[in-house]
Amino acid sequence: MPSAPLLLSQAFNGLALGTLLALVASGLTIILGTLGVLNFAHGALFMLGAYAMYVVTAQTGSYFLGILVGAVFMLVVGVVLERGLVRLFYGRPHEDQILVTFGAGIVIVEAVRAIFGANTQSVPTPSWGQGIVQLGFLFYPTYRLELIGIVAALLFALYLILYRTSIGLVVRAGIEDARMVGILGINVRRAFLLVFAIGVVAAGVSGMLYAPIVSVEPDMGSSFLVEAFVVIVIGGLGSYPGAVLGGLIAGEIISITSAFNAAYSEVMLYAVMALLLVLRPQGLFGSEGRV
Amino acid sequence: MINRSDAAGLRRRQLLQLGAGAAGGLMLPGLGTALAAEAPLGTWPAGTTGDSVFVGVTSPLTGAYSADGKDHVLGYELAFAEINEGGANAQAWGLKGKGVLGKMIRHGIADSELKANVAVQAQTQFIQRDKAIMITGCVSSATAVALEELAQRDHVLNMVGASGANATTGHDCQRYGFRSQPSAYMACKALAPVVAQHYGRGKKVAYLVPDYNYGHSVFNAFSEFTKPYGWTTAAQVVIPLSASDYSSALLNIANSGADVFVNIEFAAQAVNSTKQAAQFGIFKKMQMIVPNISSFQAQETGAQLMQGVFGTMDWYWTLEDRFPLSKNFVTAFRARNHYIPNWGAHIGYLQTYLWALAVERAGTFYPPAVIKTLEASKANPFNSTLGKVWYRAEDHQLVRPVPVVVAKAPKAMKSKDDYFDIVDMVPGEQAISPPALLGCKLGPYV
Repeated sequence: MPSAPLLLSQAFNGLALGTLLALVASGLTIILGTLGVLNFAHGALFMLGAYAMYVVTAQTGSYFLGILVGAVFMLVVGVVLERGLVRLFYGRPHEDQILVTFGAGIVIVEAVRAIFGANTQSVPTPSWGQGIVQLGFLFYPTYRLELIGIVAALLFALYLILYRTSIGLVVRAGIEDARMVGILGINVRRAFLLVFAIGVVAAGVSGMLYAPIVSVEPDMGSSFLVEAFVVIVIGGLGSYPGAVLGGLIAGEIISITSAFNAAYSEVMLYAVMALLLVLRPQGLFGSEGRV
Repeated sequence: MINRSDAAGLRRRQLLQLGAGAAGGLMLPGLGTALAAEAPLGTWPAGTTGDSVFVGVTSPLTGAYSADGKDHVLGYELAFAEINEGGANAQAWGLKGKGVLGKMIRHGIADSELKANVAVQAQTQFIQRDKAIMITGCVSSATAVALEELAQRDHVLNMVGASGANATTGHDCQRYGFRSQPSAYMACKALAPVVAQHYGRGKKVAYLVPDYNYGHSVFNAFSEFTKPYGWTTAAQVVIPLSASDYSSALLNIANSGADVFVNIEFAAQAVNSTKQAAQFGIFKKMQMIVPNISSFQAQETGAQLMQGVFGTMDWYWTLEDRFPLSKNFVTAFRARNHYIPNWGAHIGYLQTYLWALAVERAGTFYPPAVIKTLEASKANPFNSTLGKVWYRAEDHQLVRPVPVVVAKAPKAMKSKDDYFDIVDMVPGEQAISPPALLGCKLGPYV
C-alpha cells in the first residue's frame, strides 16, 4: 500500500496530467463533434506543433514567439489540410475519412523524419519555468505547475469561442443539422473550415506546450493520439466538456494506478473505458447518435 | 520499404577474377568432394549458386528506436562494401579477395517498425524471394527472439542483434542464432563491482523498468549482481513500453528514498525519461546508472545531465585507441557517413565480418558447417574490433570484453563526441554466465 503523501502526490499529478490530456483531446473532439471526421492525423499534428516549437526556439530562444509562430503555422497547416484533403471526404463513409487522415498522419511523420532525422530534439524549458517547487509534501517541476494554469486558460478560451460567440453558435447548429443551417443562408462550409483549423491549432499547441517536458521526436504523437481517443470515448464522442472531464479522469486513473503499480496504468485506463462503454456507451457527456 | 543494393552490376573483369577465385576455393583440400554430398538445406545451395549471395537486414527505421536502427544499418552497409571491395580493411580482418568465398554480397534492408511480426515477414520474404543465405539486424529483443525462431525453422543463419535480453542466448536460444552484444547478465556482472566500488556498500536503488523482455532481464541481473554489495531495491517501477509522460512513474521514484536511480529505458525513451527525471529533481537526490547506455543517449541528453553516469556499452568509438580494427572502422565510417559510429553500427559491422570469416574458414556457405565453425571458434578466436573474441558453443553468446564506461563532465570532453571514459574492459570469460544458467537448449543442425 503506497504512503499517504505518495497517493496525494499522484492525485495532484493526475490533475496536471489530466489538463494536458484534456487539451490534446479537445482538438480531436471538436473536429469529430462538428465535422463528424475522426482525425487520425491528430497525433502527427501534435508532433508537428512540437517541431514548430523546436525550430522557432532554436532560432530565437523565445518561448512565446515559439507558441505564436507555431500557432500561425498550425493554422496554415489546418487550412491547407481541410481545403486540400479533408473537405473532399465530408460526404464519404467514416472508413474513408479514417484512412485518409491516417495516411496524412503517416506522410507528416515521415516528412518530419526526412527533414530532421530520427534523433530526439530538445526544447528548453522557459526561464520562468525552471526549477522545482515544494508544495508541502511534494516537489513538483515549476513548468508543469504553470502549465496547469496555462492549459486551463486555453481550455476556457476554447469554451468561450464555442459557446459564447456567434461563430460558435453556427458551429454547434451545424453539428445538429448542417443542411438546415445552410438553408438559413449561413455559410456552413466556412464555419467547418474554421473548426478544422481550430482543432489542428489545438493539437499543435498541445505539442508546443508539451515540447519542453518530453523528447521531441517524429513518433512522439502516437501515444498521445491513443490516449486522446480514450479520453474522448470516456467523455463522450464530440463533446467538448466531455473531453475536459475525460482528460481529468484519465489523468487521475493513470497517476493513482501508478502509485500502486505503474505497469498497470494503461491497462487500468482501457479497463475503465471498456466498463464505461458497457454501462454508458455514449460516454459521460455524449448524446446517443450524435456522431 | 525495401531497398535492394546493386552489387549485381559486376564488371566483366571482376567476374573473371571471381571465377578464378571460386575455382581456387574449390581446390582447397577435400572441400568440394566432402560437401557435394550434403542434401539441400534452407536456402543452400540455391542461394549460393550464382556469383553473389544475399543477406537480409531488418532494422527499426521508424518508431522509438529509429535513430539506433539507422546507425545499425550504416554499420552493415559499410561492412558489405568493404568485404565486396576486398581492400585493406577486409584483409586486416583476415578475409581473402573480394567478397566472401569470392561471392559478392547483395543485401536488402527492410524497416521492422520495431515489431517482431513485421521483421519476420520481411525476412521471410528475403529468404523466399532472394534466397538469403544469412539474415541479421534488429534493435529489440522481442524481434531478436522471433527472428531466431524463423532462422531455426528455415535453416538460415541469423547473426542476432542488437539485443540485450538474456533470453536471446538463454531459454529462447537457437542453433541458427549467434549474438555478439553482451547479454544483460554480462553487462550487469561487469558493471556491478565498478559501481559498488565507486558508490560504496549498502545503497538503496530505484529502478525504472520498461515492461518487456529486455527491461526485466536487466532488472533481474542488476539487482542480483549488486546484492553481494548490500544494495537493495527501494522501488521497482515497471512502465508500459509506449510511455512518453513519466511524471507518475518518477513521483514513485522520487518518493522511494533511494540513493541510486537505475534507468533501464532505452533509446528515445531513455533520453525522454532522463530529461523528465531531471525536471523532477531526482538527480539532486540520486545518482543515475544506465546498465546499457543507448547509442545516442549522451548526445541527445547532453553531457550536463549525463556526467557521472555509469553504464556499459557494446562498444565505444574511443576503443580505436586500443584495437586497430576499431580504428579502421571509425575512420572508414566517418569518411562514408560524416559522423562517428555508435555501437548500433558496430554490431552490424562486427557481426557481418564474423560471419564472413566463419564462412571462409568453413570454406562453404552450408549452414551447419558455418555453425560448427563458429562453435569451434574458441580454439581459434577471431581477431576483431574488440580484440580476440569467440562464440561459446553451448549458447552462441560471443565471449568478448564488456566496456564499462562513465560519462564525462562537459569540461573534461576532448571533443564534441567525447562523452565517455572507458573505466574497465571486463574480460568476456569473467562476465559471461555459466553455460547452463540461462536455460539455453540449442536446436538441431538440420
